[in-house]
Amino acid sequence: MPGPGFWPNEQVIGEIDMNWEIKTVAMFASEALREGYLGAAGYIILGVVAIAGFLAVLGMVLIYAERKVAGHFQCRLGPMRVGWHGVLQTVADTIKLFLKEDIVPFQADKVLHILAPLFTLLGTLLVLAVVPFSPGMQVADVNIGVVYVTAVGGFGVLGILLGGWSSNNKWSLVGAMRAGAQIISYEVSATLALLVVVLFSGSLKLSDIILSQEQGWWIWRAPVVGLVGFVIFFIASTAEINRTPFDLPEGESELTAGFHTEYSGMRFAFFFLAEFINMFIISAIAATLYLGGWMPFHIGGLDGFNAVMDLLPPGAWFAGKTSFLIFVLMWFRWTFPRLRVDQLMRLEWKILLPIGFVNLIAAAFMVMFGWYYGN
Amino acid sequence: MSVIVSSLEQRIRADNLKESPLSTQEYFVNMGPQHPSTHGVLRMVVKLDGETVREVIPVLGYIHRGIEKMGESFGYRQFVHMTDRIDYLSALINNWAVSMTVEKAAKIELNDRIQIIRTIMAELQRIQSHQLWWGVFGMDMGAFTPFLYGFRDREIITDIFEETIGARLTMNYIQPGGLMFDIHPNFQKRVKDFLKYFKPKLEEYETLLSGNVILQERVRNVGIMDAKTAISIGATGPVLRASGVKHDLRKLDPYGVYDKVDFDVPVGRIGDCWDRYWVRIEEIKQSMRIVEQLIDNIPEGKTMLMKPAVKIKLPEGTYYSQVETPRGVLGVFVVSDGKDKPYRIHLRTPNFNNIWSITEMSSNWRLGDLVAMLSSLDVVVPDIDR
Repeated sequence: MPGPGFWPNEQVIGEIDMNWEIKTVAMFASEALREGYLGAAGYIILGVVAIAGFLAVLGMVLIYAERKVAGHFQCRLGPMRVGWHGVLQTVADTIKLFLKEDIVPFQADKVLHILAPLFTLLGTLLVLAVVPFSPGMQVADVNIGVVYVTAVGGFGVLGILLGGWSSNNKWSLVGAMRAGAQIISYEVSATLALLVVVLFSGSLKLSDIILSQEQGWWIWRAPVVGLVGFVIFFIASTAEINRTPFDLPEGESELTAGFHTEYSGMRFAFFFLAEFINMFIISAIAATLYLGGWMPFHIGGLDGFNAVMDLLPPGAWFAGKTSFLIFVLMWFRWTFPRLRVDQLMRLEWKILLPIGFVNLIAAAFMVMFGWYYGN
Repeated sequence: MSVIVSSLEQRIRADNLKESPLSTQEYFVNMGPQHPSTHGVLRMVVKLDGETVREVIPVLGYIHRGIEKMGESFGYRQFVHMTDRIDYLSALINNWAVSMTVEKAAKIELNDRIQIIRTIMAELQRIQSHQLWWGVFGMDMGAFTPFLYGFRDREIITDIFEETIGARLTMNYIQPGGLMFDIHPNFQKRVKDFLKYFKPKLEEYETLLSGNVILQERVRNVGIMDAKTAISIGATGPVLRASGVKHDLRKLDPYGVYDKVDFDVPVGRIGDCWDRYWVRIEEIKQSMRIVEQLIDNIPEGKTMLMKPAVKIKLPEGTYYSQVETPRGVLGVFVVSDGKDKPYRIHLRTPNFNNIWSITEMSSNWRLGDLVAMLSSLDVVVPDIDR
């Protein structure tokens, strides 16, 4: 067994007020490892099963929510038949997708065609491991959390590119190329916006970033730059996960279904699931970085007000913020038309990126001189 | 002027031979017959350079059903029933076109009741058609919500039609010599209710889609077709009017009671997708104006002036009449040899001409623009192939 001090999780979380005790499955596992391998393995399996279960349930809930929201946006009811108000509709659809024939097109690159949806889902799954749901609910608290999120998030585009390429279909290929150009471009802006918060909180670790917002969320504590960063991050992330108005890789009316034209059955479901979980992930990351994650709404100095806010458990705060952002994403989708390819690129390289750079430099100066609330 | 005739295979082959290590390769894709934005079964062979459209070749005939030929073995009264299958979104106006030809040939003078009811029905049909177009246009732009809004409001007119006519899509109501039945007692009230309901909804259309900055970016200055090109192609209807030509048969060659009602013909300025969009939205308003003027002034009278179950025989000769459908000029040309069946019947359908403007305006635009242009033409594919 390695000696004490070897495990990174043993480090003290910082000089920040330690009202909130961060516990993660990884920490339990590392503690259990001192006793023996079996306990650690148990915790790891627990973490994996928790994430897999969460993924499946969340996917179903989000698809149901999307259909209901869409229904009410469009003056109709959405699913109503299966179960009470159609709550079992997604279960029925999942069973249908399980049972459907899996068609691989003639002369497709079969190995890549099979691997592509798994890559997409893998990227999504890996990000879920670091999402802080509440102080005691997180699988792993990586000390380079923000870098990790950006890095493994890039797996998604790999899956889309492979899927489009291996399908042996020109529409799929066009969709995949669009996706490649779009996701890689918008990742630049999203990362620049993430760096703003990293500058203010002085840490890459997601739990540290949340704890640094104990006196208030960065969206308002960092005047203007916080808000600008949030908006840039949200727009860029919407583009990264291919949702309307940036759903060009799928572009139903143009490319029939884009990169997943040739996918059916479970493989299509993987793409579909990854897309919905990505929606949750970007909402969760945006909430964590700019809206305090599970941290209740605090205003530095107003202890009475803060105490009232603490009455709601942190998990509820996280769920509330994330659901709101997910709702906004759905609102976008059912309101906006789609951009054109060149307009999409113009928005990124000529509008979002310059603003993002200026914002980052402004943030650096504000951190240097301490020009933000609660300093 | 020489015309170069080349087969589809020749045109596809020619450019792929140009090879150079640095140049990108152009490629062809089949857009349709099964494609979400070709609105049915239109097939277009699109030459693409990456995302950029180099050439569009519409390939027609996928839904050709030989309606003109079938007309030669039908009586005139029966042929009316075929016309609502050509342009299914303007079934009643198509009925009217054939009926008008027969009435012209048989020299039947219609009373005011028939004319006014026909005009109201035609204008309701025009509103209905444009509503559907608006929804589909939104969907082609990537916004799904307008589609359902359009359908929701279209449903009300469909219900009004159903009450009087019995059918909802392929309606046969306007017959040679009059109307198939009298209007339903509720008709006037329900039409007035609809007008009251739909005016605020039209504002909603504008706020949901027309004013959207993304839509404006997508349609402004996209797919420009000048008046000269539009005329040379033979485009009619909103496509021609958007290019700035004030051509509307309801004004130029009035039929029904269009010469007695007051309405404007909206005209676009440069002929881009936005002008075509705007012209149609304005036409909805003008059609509502026409219906408003007529709905309270339906006089009493007979609704059928010819004996129903009798075969119509037209005197020998050629007869032509034309109407303005929501998509342009529909002309019906009948050659009669004096028997109860036409010797030859030809339909000049608006979409057949309008579709070719896509070849003129689409080159060097993006794939997404091609969809926008096609949608702004408002093609109904069975009308192209007949």
